[in-house]
Amino acid sequence: MDLAAVFILEILYSIAVLVLISAGLAVVFGMMRVINLAHGEFMMMGGYATIVAVKAGVNVYVAMLIVAPLAVGLIGLVVERLVIRFLYGRLVDTMLATWGLSLAFTGAAVMIFGNTTTGVSTPIEGFTLGAYQINGYNFFIIIVSILLLVASYIVLRGTRLGLVARGTMQSADMASALGYSPDRVYMTTFFVGSALAGLAGGVLAPLVGLVPTWGTLYIAKAFITVISGGASIVLGLLSSATVFGLVSQTFTFLSGPVIGEVALLVAAIVLLRLLPQGITGRFFKGRL
Amino acid sequence: MDRSALRDAPWVVAAGIVVMFAAPLILNFYTLTLLVIYGMLALSLGLIWGFGGILCFGQAAFYGLGAYAYAISAANIGESTVPMLLAIAIPFVFAFLLGAMMFYGRLTDVYMGVITLVVTLIFFRFMNTTAGPEYQIGQARLGGYNGIPGYQTLNVPGDASAYIWDESLYYTCFVILLVVYVLVRLLLASPFGRIAVAIRENENRVELMGYDARLRKSVLFAIGGGIAGLAGALYASWAEIVTPGLFSLGQSAEIIIWCIVGGLGTLVGPVLGAAVLGYLKFALGQQTAVDNVLVMGLILVVVVLVLPRGVVPSLITAFSRSSRRRGPGSRRRRGPRGARADG
Repeated sequence: MDLAAVFILEILYSIAVLVLISAGLAVVFGMMRVINLAHGEFMMMGGYATIVAVKAGVNVYVAMLIVAPLAVGLIGLVVERLVIRFLYGRLVDTMLATWGLSLAFTGAAVMIFGNTTTGVSTPIEGFTLGAYQINGYNFFIIIVSILLLVASYIVLRGTRLGLVARGTMQSADMASALGYSPDRVYMTTFFVGSALAGLAGGVLAPLVGLVPTWGTLYIAKAFITVISGGASIVLGLLSSATVFGLVSQTFTFLSGPVIGEVALLVAAIVLLRLLPQGITGRFFKGRL
Repeated sequence: MDRSALRDAPWVVAAGIVVMFAAPLILNFYTLTLLVIYGMLALSLGLIWGFGGILCFGQAAFYGLGAYAYAISAANIGESTVPMLLAIAIPFVFAFLLGAMMFYGRLTDVYMGVITLVVTLIFFRFMNTTAGPEYQIGQARLGGYNGIPGYQTLNVPGDASAYIWDESLYYTCFVILLVVYVLVRLLLASPFGRIAVAIRENENRVELMGYDARLRKSVLFAIGGGIAGLAGALYASWAEIVTPGLFSLGQSAEIIIWCIVGGLGTLVGPVLGAAVLGYLKFALGQQTAVDNVLVMGLILVVVVLVLPRGVVPSLITAFSRSSRRRGPGSRRRRGPRGARADG
């Protein structure tokens, strides 16, 4: 019984992590068809922002929930103005340019922070469930992910901003004809996407030792989750994160973390082969 | 066979031979050999991406596969001829199967990118876990992240004790590169190559004319995989150790950067891109002031923004434009894309 509870928690946790790390990428991809391969490095910068802020005496929750997203969002804004905006509509070129950015950010982080591992301690203590020790921070991550999904749904569905954003997503020309500047919508979207990456980095930072190459651990997973989810932001993210979280955690449980990860990757290949437009390209088409 | 497409090839080969003998005056053989191997690796991606329109984010998978195939079989056989052939054949077959899976599934650019990237990652993760003694193929222990050292390096076919190394390895690699270049040129001038380029331009139209684009793309992809595997085998012979790092994301990124910077739609561009950037990385690695990853990243960003077609095609366009302005007798580049040079 305890084992089952632990198992379910672990699955929820791994789904939550996938949602968290992919949300920013999904927003940018879903809205503008831009793949930001520097997403992992945005997360890395969010992590560093958190750690620097905590060491400067800021409360750890403030640091990861406010400082990290803001800092990375602003960096994202600069990146959008300097690089991305020249490349809209050229999917492959944006991928390559952002890949270049990711390398540049990694290199810059090495020069600033050095190749050493830094970290902050987890603010929530663990507890025991029957015979098992559970990391209390996992609950925090699950809750943050749920809030994130609900909030994105509400913003996209219920607010004027979301309406304009969705309109631009469907037809930039039409939105432009109606007096909304796609340029500004894209800029805002990229800001939000970067901020979400920063948030993910900040929230995950206490769990790991942060190194400049930290981003590369996540970019592939986030990339896979978003592409497999398809164009719908919330549903796509949720469905592909659920599939992959379930697969990877089940295999991790059966034979270890590396096999779990390989199973996730294999699942992605099979999924994309069967559903070349992603899950929401086939099911829930046109929904959020 | 389109003979005009082969027009430039003799000049390129001649220039290559000059470079082959001139380069050792500047650099040592050890570094040069690596640059030549990089050139071959870039050529493999330049072929499938620049001429087939297939964006492969995981060319490193075939490179690493070739290197591992060579190392494992050389450790078992103790002579380099068969391992060399295996190092081409195994990535070729693997690339064909992978390509067929993708192309018959009608996957396009970004989805294809994900799959090839994922395959590379799977290799990387898997090879990193093979440290235990149970992972052994014949005499070769896979060795996890430590890699496989101590196998037979390249030797004169038939004589296992006549090692090809240092100076002779450099010349061997360079000659192999030139041979591969000529073969690829011939392939591209053949009907198969012409159709491959047509598929790049408009796949639907080619299919309407009755060609099976899926099969052709799979074959082209496999040829690229085989060349990358050959580069991997030569690398294995040069480095005398193969490690999972061959499959890493960074390695894949570098190959793409070489092609982008050198220029797509040419064969010489990627090779030059690889050699120049490979050397730059080596030179930057010698000092500590600037991180070389930072420089590579910035180069990629700037080239994508400013010279989206890459350095060599842009130079050719500029050159042919200026010579055309000078009056009649200048050669015009064919085709609506004009600048798709064939160097």
